[in-house]
Formats: sequence, structure tokens, C-alpha cells
Amino acid sequence: MKFLRRFLIRVANFATRRRADQRLRDEIAEHLALQIEENLRAGMAPAEARRQARLKLGADEAIREDHHAEQSLPFVENLFQDLRFAVRMFLRSPGFSLIVIATMALGVGATTAIYSVIDATLLHPLPYPNPNELVRIEDDLPGVGAQDVSVSVPEWKDLENSGIFQYVAIDFFGSSNLTGSAQPTRIAAKVVTPNYFAMLGVGAQLGRTFDPGDNTPGFNLEAVISDGLWKRAFGADPRILGKTVRMDNDVYQVVGVMPPGFRDQGKTSEERNTEAWSAAGFAAVPFPPALRNSRFGTAFARLKPGLPVASAQAHIDALVASLTKQYPADYPAQAVWNIRLIPLAESLVGNVRQSLILLFGAVGLVLLISCVNVANLLLARASARGREMAVRQALGAARTRLIRQLFTESLLLFVLGGITGFAVLFCARKFLLQFVPESLPRLNEISISWGVLAFAIVVSIAAGTVFGLAPAWLMSRLDLNTTLRQEGRGSNGSQQRSRLRHALVIGELALSLVLMIAAGLLLRSFWDLFKVQPGFNPSRVTAIETWLPVPNDPKTDIYSTATQESVLLREVLRRNRTLPGVEETAVGDRAALPLGHGKDDLNMSPLIREGQDVQSSQPPLIDTSFVSPEYFRLLGMTLLRGRLFVDQDLEDTPSIAVINQAAARTYWPNQDPVGKRVRLRAEKPDWTTIVGVIADARTESLADAAIPQVYLDIYQRWAKDLAFFLRGQVDPATIAAQVRTQIQAVDPNLPVFHAATLDDVLSSSLSVRRFSMEMVALFAATALLLAGLGIYGTISFLVHEQSREIAIRLALGAQRRDILKMVLRQGLTLAAAGAGVGLIGALIVSHLMASLLYGVSPYDLSTFAGVTAVLTAVAIAASYVPALRAMRLNPNTMLRSE
Amino acid sequence: MKEKPDVLQGTLALMVLKTLDVLGPQHGYGIARRIEQISGDLLAVNQGSLYPLLLKLEHEGSIASQWGASENNRRARFYRLTEAGRKQLRAQTRDWEQTAAIITRFFNVKAEDIL
Repeated sequence: MKFLRRFLIRVANFATRRRADQRLRDEIAEHLALQIEENLRAGMAPAEARRQARLKLGADEAIREDHHAEQSLPFVENLFQDLRFAVRMFLRSPGFSLIVIATMALGVGATTAIYSVIDATLLHPLPYPNPNELVRIEDDLPGVGAQDVSVSVPEWKDLENSGIFQYVAIDFFGSSNLTGSAQPTRIAAKVVTPNYFAMLGVGAQLGRTFDPGDNTPGFNLEAVISDGLWKRAFGADPRILGKTVRMDNDVYQVVGVMPPGFRDQGKTSEERNTEAWSAAGFAAVPFPPALRNSRFGTAFARLKPGLPVASAQAHIDALVASLTKQYPADYPAQAVWNIRLIPLAESLVGNVRQSLILLFGAVGLVLLISCVNVANLLLARASARGREMAVRQALGAARTRLIRQLFTESLLLFVLGGITGFAVLFCARKFLLQFVPESLPRLNEISISWGVLAFAIVVSIAAGTVFGLAPAWLMSRLDLNTTLRQEGRGSNGSQQRSRLRHALVIGELALSLVLMIAAGLLLRSFWDLFKVQPGFNPSRVTAIETWLPVPNDPKTDIYSTATQESVLLREVLRRNRTLPGVEETAVGDRAALPLGHGKDDLNMSPLIREGQDVQSSQPPLIDTSFVSPEYFRLLGMTLLRGRLFVDQDLEDTPSIAVINQAAARTYWPNQDPVGKRVRLRAEKPDWTTIVGVIADARTESLADAAIPQVYLDIYQRWAKDLAFFLRGQVDPATIAAQVRTQIQAVDPNLPVFHAATLDDVLSSSLSVRRFSMEMVALFAATALLLAGLGIYGTISFLVHEQSREIAIRLALGAQRRDILKMVLRQGLTLAAAGAGVGLIGALIVSHLMASLLYGVSPYDLSTFAGVTAVLTAVAIAASYVPALRAMRLNPNTMLRSE
Repeated sequence: MKEKPDVLQGTLALMVLKTLDVLGPQHGYGIARRIEQISGDLLAVNQGSLYPLLLKLEHEGSIASQWGASENNRRARFYRLTEAGRKQLRAQTRDWEQTAAIITRFFNVKAEDIL
């Protein structure tokens, strides 16, 4: 306490120092005057009176200094002194300071920008209480190549009873058709088990969420709505509770409104913006019977407090083993059923993590290069200030004091740079966010927060410490005698210092080579992907989605059979064909929408081949789409064998299917699949005949050429999530409204949404790749620029240092060409060393990022060679200017001037 | 020549407080003069060191100061004891007397008293 008080007094003194000192001065003067007066009165001569008074008082300077040292904070004062001096030095050479600050602003700003993205996506905890307890439960059947196949109701019950979870919830994300307001709207809706909100740990702002103890087997006809929907569709009606809403023609009672900040968990931004939740037990109509192999929905759970995921996983493994033994028919050994618990936060980020880590690595390199550049500049300046340092040392400045002074200067530069970078980032954040792909998870949580500021400051201080201390240390290590004796003749760089400077430039070149090669490889991958033949023709195709209501009571469903639905579809298609500009139309389900849907929308069916797969064994799963006959022609998919669907194929004619070549190759190797019969629904005994094989099209992923797919005729099997396709020259601004008019002319209760051209869909499917490619390319360009500046600076400095030598050579008759060659050789040597080190680094890095590449080997020779050539060219260009200067040196003036 | 004893650490503060207590508000020179007089020139007070001490005491709140006019109409800073200073003086006086009494007793002790 006492120490603290004394410290506070010292701090206070520090602030009022000037005043206290002035007062001491005044008082001492006063005292002397009085004493002298008295001495005079006592009869002393004036001079003697003054002398005696002074003697009696003692040494007033010493008194004041003692008082000062005792009462103040010498460290802080020195710091302030150093800072003042540093600022004066900056102002004296503003060009140098600006370059250093700008370089650091670039490095720190870029790093901070990427950090803010990582902070939001990877580091920030999920916005639910105790987010570490939340896990996603994924069932895998690796034996049949199926991942994340959802859970069944009996498995859900088993998990609930396993004793390691507080809650296990199932959610089933989809659309719902909200009717009753002015325009039927399609809203993102989720069917969840009643314990869903209890699992997330979030309550309603108005009313309540579902009762976690509710055991209704089917829908309990209660709805919870989002704050957004409440405000938009119900005008924030405070008496909303108990009112009814109509979703998919079912009447639900609103029991709660979620708080404004609440966002659902989910992998897509669409799912995170879910606006209505209904609760169901998933075990009665309209859900299929609760069988072990009837899987749907995604399971999530909240672990018991304090239970680590790893030990929960061990429990689950034991549970899986015992269930497999108990139900051998449902869990055939060859399917290798298992369950994985994935921390929810991790599962939501998914494969974006890799791209982000790559970006962070890339931006880290840029930062490192900026630091090296600045260190280099500081060293160059050190030589210019060698004399100043020597004089200070000769006058008795301690070496530590000099280091501190220099270190303060460089640290101040680094921190100023960092703050500038942060300030620019902060001002430009809105602009920059446009470039972040929308598909990035948790995009809306990106913010330039205090944490990000702290990061920027810590990074600049750390960088300043590492890269400022070494130059300061070297600068203070002077041979006084030589430096002073040289009388400012320029050449005073110590051997050690120039070695360090060369090492820095080599490092800089190496780092930028690594970045450029990474960027080159990503660029090649992206280009290959962009240029890949997708196997379908997306140009001039627009897709527009709609959603047929699925009432909970099948009897009230007016589209319960394919025949009923086909009336609607054919009529809408006919009307769409009459729209201006439209040449062709087709319809399919959402899974038929190329590249436009997340993994969760995949429609996987078991593929039971006649004579090959027995009923009890786990059949392989195959990607299934429902399409109308015109779909293949509209998208330009080629038929290889057999036939496509025709208008005569109806619900009551034999069920047929078309497969792609990948499916033929995978499931009927060396056979003709046409005419083979399969069953695509385990519970229904009807056979479907394969009538045709089409060429592979990359409709699931541009990067993946061969995903087995099966297409069914939409007029034979109904689908609820529909996408209408139009080919032709249509007006993208009005087409959605035109199609809405047509669809609602047939059924006014249908919502129409998500109009997009396939070209846009295609390019946005590459958005994350494009983003990381563009970013890394940008960083690489920056790195190249910085490296170029670095080598330019170093060579200029070398020329400056050697100008005397060059002048003598010239005077002795050396050819100017030789001088040029000599300087260029120095630049080239540095470039070669940098490239050598960089190539080794690049090999390591490209090996690590192999999984992010497409169609290009991580050791692609042409990329490596091309990038090295570019780097060398830049190095030569950067050395050329100082080389020219050296060549044009006038030996006469040069030698005379000294 | 016999050296004059240095002022013990902390005792100068006590002297200042006591001087102000007895004589009322004083300026710095006055305090210095009084201390010199009372101690009868036995003590070598480096008069300059008085002023940092006055500053310190004022910081600690034992004394307060304000400008005023000295006897011969010069501008001077007058110090006076505050309530806290008075309390501190009382406490320190007690401490000092106690210490002095103990030391005196030690000096007066003779071998037969202990045995």
C-alpha cells in the first residue's frame, strides 16, 4: 500500500514536475535574498554576504536534482525524452519516416484484416452459453463410402439415454411457405425436437421456446419465430403470442419470439437466418415409421458439464459397438457404422479453416517482409548516423542508453505504422468486407473490435522489438576511433552490419518467392477450375425456386401424388415458355440445381441393385435428382447410351431412371447398365429400370469430375423443393417477378424466390477459392514490390558506400560497362541466394497446401521456373537504377569532394 | 575540529513540524533560522535541504502553504501546520519521547541495577 501510494505520488509529481521545480527555485532564491540581507545587516561586505549565504545553503543544483530523482520516475522521463528526440529525428527526415510507417502500416494492416476474419470465424466462441459443450453428431458409413448420413429416431433415443448428454436434439432445415400476409413468402424454417432451444441454451424474448419435456410424437403445432419475422410480417405485434400462423397450409400457434440478436447455428448463411421453428417428435405422421435405417435430420447435443469431447467419444464408440451387436440387420458389418462427435464451432467452419490458415500464413509472410524491409532501412540509416552515435559515445553516453534511444525510435516507428494500418483498416472496413465471399461462415460476425486493435498493437510491438532491437544493437557497436577518424567520409559500415543487411535482403527475396509460388499455384488451380468443361452449358440459364407446401396431414396435401403435381408443373412450364425471350424451360428439384446448393441439400438414396445387393445389407448411397424430360437438353447434357425421359413416362407407367457415366462405371463396371433394375427406396418394393446413361457433368462440384448420380422423372415421383429453369435472353431484373406472376396464376399460395443465373451460381461456387487466390496474389504482389524496394535500397547503399572505390577505378581507366556489370552482379548474387533459399521454402509450403490445389502438381515446374524468373527480373531491374548511377559517377567531382 | 552531528533522517521533519506548532505560520527562511537558533548552532543543517522537505511534507498533507508578505515586505511562502500535521506531530513526539526514554534508561543503567 505504502509503495503504491509513493508510486502514485511520484506519478503525480511527474505530471506537476515543472511546477515543483519552479517552486524550489523560487524558494531557494528567496532564502538566499533573506540570508544576504541579514548578512549585510550583520556588517559583511556585499560579496562576502553572498558567498556566506551560498555556503550556508549548500549546492542548490544538487538539492534540486536529488529532490527530482527521489520524487519522480526517471525511467518514464527518459522514455519521454527519447520519444521527443525520436519525433524530432522523424521530422528531420520525413521521407524515411513515411516510408517506414507506410511499410509497417501495410504489413500490420493486412495481417490485422485477415486476423479479424479469423477472429470471427475460428476464434470467437459461438453465441450460445457454454459453447464448448455443444457438439454436432455425425453418423458415417465408411464401408459404403457415405459420410454424415443423419440419424434415425431410435438412434436419437439411444443417444439421449446414453447418459453423457444434457440434451440431444435433431434439426431438419428446410423451407416453409408462409401464407396469410400480402405475398406468400418462402421462409427458412426448421423442424426441431422440442429440446432444441434448451440444448442451445437460448430463451425467447417474448413468450417461451418449446418445452424440452414435450413428447408429442408428431408436430405439436407450436411455432417460435425470429425477431426479424415478427417485425416484418407481424409489425412487432406485442400480442402475437397465441396467434396463429399458416406455414405450408398448417396452422401453428406462435408461442415465442426469439431475441433480436439470436441467430441459429448452421453451415450456410441461409440456415443461420432461420426465421421459424416448429417442434416435432419425428416419430409419427407425417414422418416415416421410426426405423433404425430411416435416417434424416442432423443431430446436435449438449454434453454434460465438464465432460471433454474425447471421453464422450469413447462412450459413444462403446455404445455403437453394442448397438451393432444388438441389431446386426440394421448395422451390417461391411457398412462400418460409427458416430463422430464434432465440436459445434469446428463443424460450422468446416473446410474454410484451411483457406483461412493459408491466408494467415501468406499475410504473415507479408508482415515479415515489411519488417525485414524496415530493419534494412534502419540499418542503412544507422550507417548514416554512425558519426552521431560515435560523438554521443565519446561524450560519455552509455551503450545501453544509446540502444534504448535507438530502440525507442524504431519501436515508435513500428507502433505508428501499426496504428496507421489499423486506422486505414478501420476506415475501409465496409469497403473491404465486400470482397469477402458471402459463403464464409459467420461472415456477419466479422468486426474490427478492441481485440483486433489489441492484436494490431501487440503485433507491431513484437515486430518492433524483434526488428528494431538488432539494428539498435549493431548501431551502438561502434569502433569510436575509426568512426570519428573517418570524418564522415561515408564508408563507415562495419563488416557485420553489411552482412546482416545482405542476409535481410536475401531473406526478403526468399519469402516473397515463397508467396509468389503459392499464389502462382493457386492461380493455376483457379484458372483450371474456371476453364474446366463443366459438362453442362450454364450460359443464359436462369433458375428460380419455389416450394410446394408439405402439410402435416397428408390428406390435405393437394400435391400428394406426382400426377397431381404434374398438372401444376406442366401448366407453369407452358406459361414460362410464353415469357419474352425464353427459349426453353424445364423443372427439377433443388438437388438438380447445378452447384447451387450446400451439402445438406444433397438428396442421397440407397442404391439397391437387382441381384447384387441383398435387402439386409447396407447399399451404397447415390446422389439423386428429380427432373423433367427437357432438363438434359436445356443444360446441354449429352446422352451416351439408351434414351432420356419422354412425355409418355407417367406415374402409372414403369418407373425409369437415367444415370451418369460415373454411376455406370462405379456400380456396373464392364457392363451395360441400360435395362438393369434398381430400387432407390428401401421401404418400397417397386423396381426402377435404368433407361439411359449421360456423360458426366460437374453439377455437384467443379473440382470433382465423377460423382455417381441418378436422375428420376419428376412426373413419376413428386418433389417439393422445385427449381424452374429458363434458357434464353431474359431480363434478370424482372424475370423473378414475371415467373412469380405465372406461378401464382396457377397457385396463388406458392412462394417464388432465389432467381439466379447459372453463370452467377457457377462463379459464386468458386467464391472462397477465388477469395483466397486473389488475396494470396495480392499479398504476393505486395511482397514482390517490397522485395524490389529492399534490393533497390541495398544496392543503392552499396553503390553509395563504394562510390569512392568506383571513382578511383574510373579514374584509373575502368570501363563504365564494367562498373555497371559489377553492380548488377552484386544484385544478381543477392537474388540468386534469395531464390535458392526461397525455392526450398516454397517446396515445403506447396507440399503443405497440396489439398487446396486443383489440377496442378504442388511441384509444378513451370510455376516454379516462371516465378523464379520474375523475381530475378525484378531484382535486376531494381539494381539497374543504382547501377546506372554508379556508372555515371563523375570521378572528378567525387574524389575532389573529399 | 569536532564535526557537528548530521541531522538524523526524519528528525528534521519533526523539527519543522514542532517549529510551526510553536511559532505558527512561518516562511522557509524563518523556519531555517529557528531551527538553527534552537539547536544552538550545534546542528549542521544544510539549509537548502529544507525546501525539498517542505515540498514533501506539503505533498503528504502535514503542512500547507500560501503566499504572504514577510516582515520586511518581501513576497514569501508561508507554511502552517494542518490538522493532519498536528496529529502526526503528536504521534511522532510520543514515539520520540518513548525512544528517548528507553535510550536514557539504557544509558543510566549501572551494572548493579541489572544483577
